[in-house]
Amino acid sequence: MTEPCHLAKRLIPCLDVRNGILTKGVRFEGNIDIGDPVETARRYYEEGADEIVFYDITASHEARGIFIDVVERVASNIFIPFSVGGGISSVEDMRAVLLAGAEKISINSAAVKDPLLISRGADAFGSQAVVVGMDVKQVPASDACPSGYEVVIHGGRRPMGIDAVAWAVRCQELGAGELCINSIDADGTCDGYELTLTRKICDAVNIPVIASGGAGKPQHLVDAVTDGGASAALVASIVHYGQYSIADLKAYMAGAGVAVRTI
Amino acid sequence: MLAILDYKAGNQTSVLRALRSLGIEAEITADPGAILAADGVIFPGVGAAGQAMGQLTSSGLDDVLRRVVSAEKPLLGICLGCQILLSHSEENDTDTLGILPGSCRMFQPEWTDGGRPIRIPHMGWNTLEHVRSSILFEGIDPASRFYFVHSYYTEPAPEYVIATCTYGTTFTAAYGRPGLWALQFHPEKSGRPGLRILTNFHNYCREA
Repeated sequence: MTEPCHLAKRLIPCLDVRNGILTKGVRFEGNIDIGDPVETARRYYEEGADEIVFYDITASHEARGIFIDVVERVASNIFIPFSVGGGISSVEDMRAVLLAGAEKISINSAAVKDPLLISRGADAFGSQAVVVGMDVKQVPASDACPSGYEVVIHGGRRPMGIDAVAWAVRCQELGAGELCINSIDADGTCDGYELTLTRKICDAVNIPVIASGGAGKPQHLVDAVTDGGASAALVASIVHYGQYSIADLKAYMAGAGVAVRTI
Repeated sequence: MLAILDYKAGNQTSVLRALRSLGIEAEITADPGAILAADGVIFPGVGAAGQAMGQLTSSGLDDVLRRVVSAEKPLLGICLGCQILLSHSEENDTDTLGILPGSCRMFQPEWTDGGRPIRIPHMGWNTLEHVRSSILFEGIDPASRFYFVHSYYTEPAPEYVIATCTYGTTFTAAYGRPGLWALQFHPEKSGRPGLRILTNFHNYCREA
């Protein structure tokens, strides 16, 4: 008999926030506003979300204050961990969202451009507070990218010539406490997470890994945390439009033998 | 009124927000007078043991904590606060407060959970095995999961163990005695069961 898994696999809804409003990217149409981030976070908290991620996609500097206000209101309304990404490129940016009540900050492009930002964040706030997000695209294997997966930034528009697995290992060495692996190829397809990529990275590091991009049905979440080896699965569309509740997804995962937290 | 010990180590505001949502009055303070006048004290913390001990000793709050305990004022240590109530931590090979006997050890990467090597930190929701009853857990479903995030775990003297948790090894998740408790997990981030623990602690403080 195999040893049971004690630590639950986490289900993490991701909320994109623009100018203080919850928004969702729709292909070819840009973003549409879909609601109040604080109310939505509260609903996911009540339904049993294990953690929540907020991503600030606000372009203007002025709207940053509105976002920090959202973070503060979220922190007074949900009593589970939550992390914040988008627009963080310095230790001061990190401090602002952590003081506003987030547990973790997530950095992505800024870490690729300035890897030591990871160490500075970990030294200032502890590794547990620093999540490195990676956008990854499949490419033909080459000397620069032996794994066949390359790190991209700016929403996938800019390839960086960095191997995704090597970058994941480097992030761990620099002090990242967790990695969030987003497949640009799978994102928005609803065809499932990129399991080969997820597995390669999980095998290369020993910090927790969150799978992101591609969830379209409950079985995809099970696949991410079993075949993919991830500690957590990030979800967006699959829960935002009422197709499935967090509780539905948890019940499905539990039925498939995955250790999950039910409330 | 509860006092949340302010020693520049992390998540004091999360604890304050959770208490406020429950209608419990609390303040974050480093003032010895305010701490010793409170109905109870919460000793939270995130970060490294060495740095935290440095902050406590340089500010004199280590002595304030000892006075809180000798005055039998209720005290609740959370996460790093839970770890440094013991005598020693393997983290930075640090001598810690020694308020209760025991030490703090590091998770080993070769240990397994669910047949796979554990990832460190132990980050996420795990269950408890209750060893002895405690009013801190009154009204809480014993199957509830709590939110953990830590790379070191406590080994207090066995007579103080209240609940254990398993991740690679079976370690202490809650220990103490009436009026002096320590939790490795974060009650302020563990949803309803966690909030219930804070309520139970506050109720004890009011009656003490």
